[in-house]
Amino acid sequence: MKRIGLKLAILAIFASTVSAWAGESAAVRNCTWCHGAGAQGYTVAPRLAGQRPQYIMSQIRSFREHARNNPFSRQYMWGAVAALDPYTARELANYFATIAPKPANDGDSTLASRGRAIYMEGIPEANIVSCYACHGPNAEGVRDIPRLGGLAYSYLKGRLEQWGQGYHSTPGSPMPMVASHLGPEEIEALTSYLSFVR
Amino acid sequence: MSATGLRLILQTAILAVAFSVSGHAQERLAPARGGLEAKLEYCKTCHGLSGQGYLGYFAMPRLAGQQPEYIEAQLRAFIERRRSNPVMQNVAHVLSPSMVTALAMHFKNLNPKPFGGAPRGSIATGKKIYEEGLPEANVPACSACHGNEGKGQNEIPRLAGQVYPYLVGQLTGWKQQRGQGTAVDTSAIMAPTAHNLTRSQVEAVAAYVSYLQ
Repeated sequence: MKRIGLKLAILAIFASTVSAWAGESAAVRNCTWCHGAGAQGYTVAPRLAGQRPQYIMSQIRSFREHARNNPFSRQYMWGAVAALDPYTARELANYFATIAPKPANDGDSTLASRGRAIYMEGIPEANIVSCYACHGPNAEGVRDIPRLGGLAYSYLKGRLEQWGQGYHSTPGSPMPMVASHLGPEEIEALTSYLSFVR
Repeated sequence: MSATGLRLILQTAILAVAFSVSGHAQERLAPARGGLEAKLEYCKTCHGLSGQGYLGYFAMPRLAGQQPEYIEAQLRAFIERRRSNPVMQNVAHVLSPSMVTALAMHFKNLNPKPFGGAPRGSIATGKKIYEEGLPEANVPACSACHGNEGKGQNEIPRLAGQVYPYLVGQLTGWKQQRGQGTAVDTSAIMAPTAHNLTRSQVEAVAAYVSYLQ
């Protein structure tokens, strides 16, 4: 009986430290207010669930330094991260990374196979690089290179268009160069494909 | 105002307009698809903005300062599938021979700092292997072919400043990735050499050369 009591006590302590980050924390709620229930994304706010923690941290940094400067970033994220200390940023990044991501499935399914071909092989004749080389075979990302698989069609489309329009994100990123070679049809196909990747 | 004066002004104005238009067009369309500049930008998207290499999902090797003959030989190996790599096979097959030569000459003349990032603990061991080999394990000195400074020569690649995870990947997976055409590929010698290196020896020698300038 004594032993069971001890186990219960340990369990209770363990559960309380986990739940501090499992939805009860004010910091998490401040994010999911826009980024959706379960951090699965909502309208213009991208899914954070399953995102690479190093990428989340690098983006928080680039919002704080105003390097990521598209209109929604200026409007929402610059202010949202202004008071976020590095420790909390890391805790949030690690927390969101552990949530299983759900695909948005909101692209045009008839374009998915064309999009997959561009993702894997690029279009060498048009100097469009393979996305796979950096973002991985299943668009899962690595280190500070983001997971793209299953992100919302409109979010991905917006980002690819904005790079071509001169908006920035992480300093030194090759993405402005990549996007400058993509035409509207290629963006449609790629983002449609990616929205279905799980 | 004389007629000649007016004509001069007009000509200057037309020229100015023509220049500004071409400048604008260049900004919008440049680098023109198919041109050398556009292809260089395409290469550097993955291989680093100064050709210093890059870490994506896969490690992309440094091309800066690389021997042109080596680059040409490897692009041919990708096309003929003697070197297996799903991305580079597609990249290489659309390049004309004159484009390959122009790209190789461009990268030869770049000299950025090494990409860096390798663990530093075993650099001294790596230097010893690089310069003296491992006679008891039948590993020749790397410097015998790649040169004391790791600059390579002709079809023998420059190793100086090469990206560390790329070097480790090639040396530990030589048989899967390289030398599928031993009859035409001078790198056949690397198969037994790589095979005789232990994992930690590979890491040591890779770390050493990755910091060579």
